[in-house]
Amino acid sequence: MEFAIGIYLALASALFGIGAIGFLLRRNALIQLMSIELMLNAVNVLLVAFNRVHPENMAGQVFAFFVIAIAAAEAAVGLAIVISLFRLKQTVETDSADELRY
Amino acid sequence: MSTANTVLLVVSALLALGGAVGTIAAARPLRAALALLVNIVALAGVFLSLHAQFLAMVQLIVYAGAVVVLFVFVIMMVGATGKVPRSPRGLATKTVSLVVMSVVSLVLVFGVAYVSMPAAHLPHGYGTVEGLGAVLFTQAAVPFELVSITLLVAVVGALAVARGRTPKEAAEARARRAAEGLEADARLAEERRISAEVSAHGGH
Repeated sequence: MEFAIGIYLALASALFGIGAIGFLLRRNALIQLMSIELMLNAVNVLLVAFNRVHPENMAGQVFAFFVIAIAAAEAAVGLAIVISLFRLKQTVETDSADELRY
Repeated sequence: MSTANTVLLVVSALLALGGAVGTIAAARPLRAALALLVNIVALAGVFLSLHAQFLAMVQLIVYAGAVVVLFVFVIMMVGATGKVPRSPRGLATKTVSLVVMSVVSLVLVFGVAYVSMPAAHLPHGYGTVEGLGAVLFTQAAVPFELVSITLLVAVVGALAVARGRTPKEAAEARARRAAEGLEADARLAEERRISAEVSAHGGH
């Protein structure tokens, strides 16, 4: 009896790639944060899928659980930074935050 | 895999991919947030097809219930900034990163798509609230507590970063700046006086 884990691996790779492309291409800080969430979720899929073929202990699911918690913390802090950026610049485009660029 | 499981997996995988593409392609942040919601709910379906019932529930509660709502709050707060004209800045970098990331992820997707592993027999309580809770509180109790401290620190940090100055603090900062300005003015006047004296006496 074989388990076709490849579907899950391909799904996770595709989701991670989409998230990375979104992060690199978009200049809206909110959408960049959402792209980070996409990438974190892709990793969760991998963890749970590998846990399915090694189910002796639930280490993968526990890891995914912690990743979800850390992702929530990251979203809170990231959105706070976005609000600060908006207060300072009246925009959430990351191109506007270039004081340290030159 | 049973047929129902396969159907659940295929439907939720397609929805997840569609939601992800919608998230990064949406012109408006609110639509991106809704597409992210679709992606997250679909991923809960993927977790269900992997017998991770508790994680699917946590995914719905934490992501759909908290993170996306937080995003929507912030979008409402910063307001619809309208369409931003696409800046030509970084066009070369963007093209290169798009091509590289697409190639890397396509190679990855087709490289791993046909992998299969021997299916293991699932132990009793796998993925249920009871099973995962027992593991969390016996094998991972310390990380669990550390994560709660991390969340607390993150909440306090988010408050500290997002909170603006209160009117009192703003007034104090203004007064301090004004005082510094007065001091600088006084210093400047003193220097001018001294240099004037020096030039007056230097006439000898």
